[in-house]
Amino acid sequence: MESTIVKSVDYNAYFGDNHVVKNVNIEIPRNNVIAVMGPSGCGKTTFLRGINRMHELIPGATAKGKIMLNNEDVMEMHPIFVRLKIGMVFQRPNPFPNLSIYDNVIAGYKLNGIKLPKAEKDKIVEHSLTRVALWKEVKDSLTKKGSFLSGGQQQRLCIARAVAMEPEVLLFDEPTSALDPISTSTVEELFHELKKNYTLIIVTHNMQQAARVSDRTAFFYMGELVEYDNTKQMFTNPTDIRTQNYITGRFS
Amino acid sequence: METSVENELITRNDISLRVITSEKIRDIVKGIKRVKRSHRQIRAENVFRRTLVIIGLAMVVLVVGIMLTLIVQSIPSLKALGIGYLWGQTWDPVRDVYGALPFLAGTLLTSFLALALSIPFSFAVAIFLGEYYPKGWLANLLKNTVELIAAVPSVIYGFWGLAVLVPIVRSMEASIGIPSIGYGIFTSSLILAVMVIPYAASLGRSMIQMVPSNLKEAAYSLGATRWEVIRSVILPYTRSGLFAGVLLSLGRALGETMAVTMVIGNTPLMPKNIFSTGNTMASVIANELGEADKMVYNSALIELGLVLFLVTVVINMIGKKVISRFTNE
Amino acid sequence: MSNHVKYRIGKSTGFQALTIVLATSCVIPLVAILMYIIKAGITKINWNFLTNVEKPVGEIGGGIAHALMGSILVIFFASLIAIPIGILCGIFLSENKKSRLAYWSRLSVDILQGVPSIVIGIVAYIWLVKPFGYSAWSGSIALSIMMLPIIIRSTEETLKMLPDTLREAAFALGMPFHRVILKVIVPCGISGILSGVMLSVARIAGETAPLLFTAFGYQFFSTNMNKPMETLPHLIFKYAITPYKDWQDLAWGASCILLIWVLLLNILTKLITRRWKVQL
Ligand SMILES: Nc1ncnc2c1ncn2[C@@H]1O[C@H](COP(=O)(O)OP(=O)(O)OP(=O)(O)O)[C@@H](O)[C@H]1O
Ligand SMILES: [Mg+2]
Repeated sequence: MESTIVKSVDYNAYFGDNHVVKNVNIEIPRNNVIAVMGPSGCGKTTFLRGINRMHELIPGATAKGKIMLNNEDVMEMHPIFVRLKIGMVFQRPNPFPNLSIYDNVIAGYKLNGIKLPKAEKDKIVEHSLTRVALWKEVKDSLTKKGSFLSGGQQQRLCIARAVAMEPEVLLFDEPTSALDPISTSTVEELFHELKKNYTLIIVTHNMQQAARVSDRTAFFYMGELVEYDNTKQMFTNPTDIRTQNYITGRFS
Repeated sequence: METSVENELITRNDISLRVITSEKIRDIVKGIKRVKRSHRQIRAENVFRRTLVIIGLAMVVLVVGIMLTLIVQSIPSLKALGIGYLWGQTWDPVRDVYGALPFLAGTLLTSFLALALSIPFSFAVAIFLGEYYPKGWLANLLKNTVELIAAVPSVIYGFWGLAVLVPIVRSMEASIGIPSIGYGIFTSSLILAVMVIPYAASLGRSMIQMVPSNLKEAAYSLGATRWEVIRSVILPYTRSGLFAGVLLSLGRALGETMAVTMVIGNTPLMPKNIFSTGNTMASVIANELGEADKMVYNSALIELGLVLFLVTVVINMIGKKVISRFTNE
Repeated sequence: MSNHVKYRIGKSTGFQALTIVLATSCVIPLVAILMYIIKAGITKINWNFLTNVEKPVGEIGGGIAHALMGSILVIFFASLIAIPIGILCGIFLSENKKSRLAYWSRLSVDILQGVPSIVIGIVAYIWLVKPFGYSAWSGSIALSIMMLPIIIRSTEETLKMLPDTLREAAFALGMPFHRVILKVIVPCGISGILSGVMLSVARIAGETAPLLFTAFGYQFFSTNMNKPMETLPHLIFKYAITPYKDWQDLAWGASCILLIWVLLLNILTKLITRRWKVQL
C-alpha cells in the first residue's frame, strides 16, 4: 500500500476562543491529490494553514494536537523547516512585485540567503517553470516583473516558486477561484503532472474540479472532518447525510 | 581520446541541463537545508524580534524621559518661585525676580492673532482643493505651494521678516500715529500666520474630500447652490476635522521659536497692545537658556519649556483624537 | 422668486470668487520670500564665500565653509542615528498592530511629533551639554529625535498598506521573520519609507532652535564632533541679528543656499516617491 506522508492527530485550531477546527484525524498518502471541501467558513483554510504552521502567524490564533510529516511532528519543529518541506499556493496569485519572473521562481533561495552558482539557478528556474508549463510563455521575458503576467500565469508562477523549493507536500487554497476557465484547466492539468513528485492538498469549492483532479476527498463541516474517502466513492455513494446534502445541493 | 572525453562531458552537461531530474535538485536542496539547519537563521530571527521590541520600548522611554527630565529640572524653580511664578509680571534675572506672565501673554497673543489671520486663508485653501478644484494644474500648484510653505526653515522666515516685514510694519505704524518700532507682537503674528497655513489647510482638504458625495448630491438635487452645499453640508460635516486642523496649527504656533525671536523685539514686559514688543516662552528660552548660569534662572527657563511641552502635547492629543474619531466614523 | 434664485446664485459665485482669491493669495508670501532671498543671496555666493570661514567684522572675504561642513556633519550623524531606529520602530508598529507595547509606543511617537523643537533642544542640553559641554554630537542627537516621528510614521503607514498576501507568500517559502521583513516587506514599501526619510532630513536641515544650546556655533572650521560646531541655520541667525552689513550679506548668501537645499530635498522626495514606487 501507499505510505502515509501527512497525518493529523486530534488537531484543533482556534482564533482566540473561536474553536474553528475540531479534532481532525486524517491520513494523507504520498503522491496523491487530496481535495478538501465543505461549506464556506467550515475551517478548510484554517486546517490547511495549520499543516505548514501558517495558522499561528495570525495574532491570537492557536492550535493543539499533532501534525505528523513523515512521522515527525511539525508542531515540534521550527516553522521555517516545516515551510521548507511543505509549500503553499494561495487563492490570489501573489508574486513578489519587486522581483523579476526569474527571481520570483528562485525567491525561496534568493530571499533565504542561499547562494547558488548561476548555472544551478538557471537550471532550477527552467526546471520549475517547465513543470508548471510556463517556460515557453515566459522564457524570453524572465527579467520582467512578475506582476506583468496575467492572473493565470501569475498563479503558475507562484506554483513554480513553491515547486522550486522541492517540498514534499504542496498546499493549495482555492488555487483557481481567481482564474478564468482556461487558466483553471491549465492549472488542473498541472496537478496530474505534479502528483508524480509531490503530495497535493487542494481546498476547492468546485466539485467538478475535485472530482476531476483528486484521488481522495475530505469533507469538512462546522470545523469537523465529516467524511474522508476515495473521491469516486465520495461522490457516488457518500455515507454521511451532511456530505450527501452538500453534494446534491450543489449538483441539482 | 581527449576529444571523446570532452564530447562526453558536453553531452552530459547538455543532458543534465535539459532533462535534469527532480531527484537531482532534491539532492541539492537537501544539502542546502542541512546547512540551514545550523539554526543561524533562527537565532537571527529571534534577535530581530527582540530588537524591534526594544526599539518600540525605547520610544516610550524617550518620551517619558523627556517629560521626567523637564519636571525634575523644573523642581528648583518650582521650589523657589512656587506656582505664582506663572503669573508674576516681572522678569529680572539680575535681581533674581522671575515672573512668566509676560511670556505667557506674548505666546498666547501671537499664536491666537496668527491663527485668526491664517484661518480664512487656510480654510479657503482647504475648500478650494477639497471642493472646487481637487484636480488639475492649479490644484497641483497650490498644493505644492502650501507644502513648500511648511518646508521653508523658520530662521529664513525670521530673516525675511526682519528685512522686509519690520520696515513695512514700521511705516504702517508711523502712518497711523503709534510709536513706530516695527518689531513686536503684530509682526510676529503676521509671519506665524503664514507659517501655520499649511497645517490647517492640508488637514481640512483631506477632511473635505472625505465628505460622502451622496450627501452633496442630495443637497444639489434639492436645488441648493454650491455655496449652500458648502455651508450646509460640507462645513457641518467636516466641522470637527477643521477644528483639529486649527488645533494643529495652534500647536505649531505656540512652539515656533526662531521666526518669532527675530522679530518680536525680545522685551520681557507685558505687551500693552498688539503693536508693542514682547517675548514668547519659546523665544525667551532660545535667548537666555545658554547663558542662564544661576540655578533658579536656569530652572525657571526649563519650567517654561515644561509648560510649553505640556500645552502642545495636550493640544496635539486633542487634535489627533478628533481626527481619529472623524476618520473612523 | 426668480430674483431670489438669482441672488442665491450670485452669492454662491461671490463666495467662490472669494475662496479663489484667498486661496491663491497664499502663493504670494512664498513667492515673495523665495524671490527676495534668492535675489538678495545669489549675488553674495562666490568662491570665497564657499571656501572661507568667518572673518572679523570689517575684513572682507568671510565665508561659510565652516557652517556648510558643520551642517553636513550634524545632519549626517543625526540621520545615522534616526534612520535605522525610525525604520525599525515603524516596522515594529506595523507588525504589532494590537499589542499593548505598540499602543504606548505609537502614543509616544504621536507625542514626540508635536513637541516643539525648542523643547527638544532643552532636553538635549540637559542630557548632554550640562554633563559634557557644547558639542556637535548633542546637536545631532537633538535633531535625530526630531527626525524619528516623521520616519516612524511614514514607515508604519507605508507598511500597513502592503497586502498581507505578500507576507504570507514569503513566510510560506520558509523565510525567517527578519528576512520576510528586510527582503520582501521593506523593499516593497521602499518608496514610502524613503520619502519619509527625505522629508525628515529636509525638516531638520533648517532647524535652528535645538542647535542654539547644543552644537552652539563656532567661528572656525571644525570636524570634531565632540566640540561646538557652526551650522548653516545657526549662522544665518547669528549674522542676521547683527547690525553689520558684511555679516548680513553672508547671512543672505547662506539663506539662499539653505533655501535651495531644502526645496531641492522636497522636490527630490516627490520624484523618488514616484520613481521607486513598487507596483503592487
Ligand atoms: N483571521 C481570522 N481571525 C479570526 N477568525 C477567523 C479568521 N479567519 C477565519 N476565521 C474564522 O474561522 C472560521 C473558519 O474560517 P476558514 O477561513 O478556515 O473557512 P473556510 O472553510 O476556508 O471558508 P471559505 O470557504 O469561505 O474560504 C470562520 O468562521 C471565520 O469566522
Ligand atoms: Mg478559505
